[in-house]
This record gives sequence, structure tokens and C-alpha cells, in this order.
Amino acid sequence: MRSFNAGDLTYLLLAARWTVVLSLIAFAGGGLVGLVIALMRVAEARPVRWFAIGFIRLFQGTPLLLQLFLVFFGGDMIGVPLGAWLSVILGLSLNAGAFLGEIWRGSIQAVPNGQIEAARALGLHYGQRMLRVVAPQALRTAIPPTVGFLVNLIKSTSLAAIIGFVELTRAGQQLNNATFRPFLIFGLVASVYFVMCWPLTIAASRLERRLALAYKR
Amino acid sequence: MNYIFHFGDMWNARDEFIAGALMTLRLSALAMIASLFIAILGALARTSGPKPLRLLVAAYVEIIRNTPFLVQIFMIFFGLPTVGLRLDANEGALIALILNGSAYTIEIVRAGIENISHGQVEGALALGLHRLQTFRLVVLPQALRIIVPPLGSQFILLMLNSSVCSAISADELTSAALDVQGRTFRAFEAFIVAAAIYFALSLLFSTAFAAIERVAFGKRITR
Repeated sequence: MRSFNAGDLTYLLLAARWTVVLSLIAFAGGGLVGLVIALMRVAEARPVRWFAIGFIRLFQGTPLLLQLFLVFFGGDMIGVPLGAWLSVILGLSLNAGAFLGEIWRGSIQAVPNGQIEAARALGLHYGQRMLRVVAPQALRTAIPPTVGFLVNLIKSTSLAAIIGFVELTRAGQQLNNATFRPFLIFGLVASVYFVMCWPLTIAASRLERRLALAYKR
Repeated sequence: MNYIFHFGDMWNARDEFIAGALMTLRLSALAMIASLFIAILGALARTSGPKPLRLLVAAYVEIIRNTPFLVQIFMIFFGLPTVGLRLDANEGALIALILNGSAYTIEIVRAGIENISHGQVEGALALGLHRLQTFRLVVLPQALRIIVPPLGSQFILLMLNSSVCSAISADELTSAALDVQGRTFRAFEAFIVAAAIYFALSLLFSTAFAAIERVAFGKRITR
């Protein structure tokens, strides 16, 4: 056992970079999956909608940790060992995709139907309708809950520690094993997460309030 | 894909899965009940307590909601013994689940309390209802309508979140799957079975809560 020193603090902060990188990549991946799921969820063909509903239910009805395990070991099973890094990215993206898909579905459906009918009457095809008519209006309602979800996503990346990927939480575990100062180390780890998450939480609730005001008027 | 599924080992380990699932339910139920009690006190303190207390509760809620559950578990499970509180994994898991769940439940209960306009209470008192009647007939039914539906979702989230307690080897469902996996080397099957049990439980509870809401509040209010 040794004492906690300045080098350890640097180690934690450097590991926090991986939390940020992981969150950003998972958000990009989740955004892509979520967009597809949201569009499928509001599609006209029933089987397509059912698939999206099933996907969302499955990922929202099972623990994220098990989803990560399943991706990690599932890769091995089909003979494509993914490793901790890729499995965590894939697992988090699929999970985030389900949650973002459900959030964005709500935003799409909040756009009045008349708008879509009018766009169709004007002869705009699907892509134009979605991109030019639905998206600009849906974006307004989508942003606050999406920012709120980012907080969840950042916190979720801590589960990568259990798979063995060295990010902030895992780095904290390693340091705790070496120095055995749990309150100090996990307190620091928690503070770093807090510094990342709290501004987003505040932003999300401000945006939400502003949106509510806009709708009241 | 030339992997051959082997669920025989899972069937042989069914007692472990059942014990794990029961522990998951037990931890979740105990944590939910305890956090509900804390949340009622916390929400009252947050809405009508003295200012320092209000700030304290607000800080607690924000700290818990903006840090990962896994870090909270580690802090409790590794931290408390250093100040002389010896815990086994299940106790550590329960404390962590209660502390985490309370923060979210406080916000749910607070939303219910704050949603009732003051005019209604004044109106009821002006109509000659006394305090208890006002609370029972005017405040409570409306507050429950707002509080109960998110409490159901909160319970399911808490149950799914409890899988993280396997990181300190609490004896719940995910730990059971990890044990079976370690013994049989059938990782995928073990986690599929555990995931299926979680899924069945969350489906069961969401259906049950929806039914309870229908019976208690009549037609489900759209939000």
C-alpha cells in the first residue's frame, strides 16, 4: 500500500479523457441508431414499426450491464472477438439508440399531422418531407430531452469499467487497490463525473423551461 | 456461425438463477419502500423546510443524479468499512440502491406536491372542509395521480439498475449469471437467460402497474 500523490490525480484526469471520448463516440453511434429507430417507429409499414417497438422494449427492459456482456461475449461466440473497447462502443450505441429513438419518435409525432399532409399535397417526397418539414420542427422539442439523456449516457460509460476498459471509474478502482483511500478516490472520481454532468443537467432543464414557455404563448 | 447453443447447463443451474432473481426482487422492493419513505420526508423538506435544509436536499439530489451508480456503490462498499462500518455485499448493495433511488423518488414526489395549486387548498378550506378532509379529498387524490405512474417506472429502472450490484458480488441475478458463466464457460447462454428473466420481470411489473393505475384512477390520464 502506498499513499495518494499528485501523479495519481493526473492519472485520474487522463483516464477521464476516455470517459469523454467514449461518451462522444457512443452518442454519435447512438444518434445514428436512434435516428433509424425513430424513423422506423413512425414508418407506415407495420412490420417496420413492430421491429422498432421490439428493439426499444428489449433495450429498455433489460439491464445495460447485461447488454454489454452479451455484446462482449456474443462477438466471441460468432468468432469475431471485439475486445473491451469495441464491445463497449457497440453496446452503448445500441442502448443509446433505443432511448434516443424513443425520445425522437415523440418529437416527430409532436409535429402536427397537417404539416405532413400539406407537404405530401405539395408533392414533396419522403426525404424532403422529413428533412425540410418534420426535422426543423421536431428538433425544437427533441433538444432538451436529448441533452438530458447525455447525462445518462456519460454515467453509463462507467459500466465499461466492469468489462475491463480503463476509463475514469476503472482508473479509480486501480488507484483504490493501490492506496486504499476509497472516500478520497471515489470522491474525486464522482466529482469529475459531476463536473461533466451537472452543466448538462442544468442546460437540459433550462431548455425545457424555455420550450414550455414557447408553447404557452 | 458455428456456435452450438447449450442450454442444458443453464437448466441445471436453474436454482441459482431463481435464487438470484429472488434476491434482485428483494433488493429492489426493499430499496423502493425505503426510498419512498425517505422521498416523502425529503420532498417535504425540499418544498417547505427551512432554507438550509432545502439546499441540503437539493444538493443531495443533484449529486446522486449526476454521478454514476457504480461509483456510488464503490464509495459505499469500500468506504464505509474504513470508518468502522462492516458490510457484506448485499447490505452494501441495498444501502447504495436506497441512497440512489431516494434522489430520483424525491423528485417524483416533489413534482406531485408542487403540482397542486394553492388555490385548491384555499378553496377547499373556504368550502368548510377541515385540514384533514382537504388533504384526503383534495390534495392526496390529485398528488397520487401524478406520483404513482412514474413510481412504477422508477421501480423498474431500479430493478434493472440493481444488476450493477454484481460489481461488488451481491447475490443478485447478474452475479448468479456470472457464477454460472464462470463454472460452465457458457457465457452467452448464461447472460441470455439472465436478460430474459429481467425482461420478463420488467414486462410483468409494467403490466401490473398499468393495471393498478387503471383500477385506481380510472381511465389512464394522458400526459
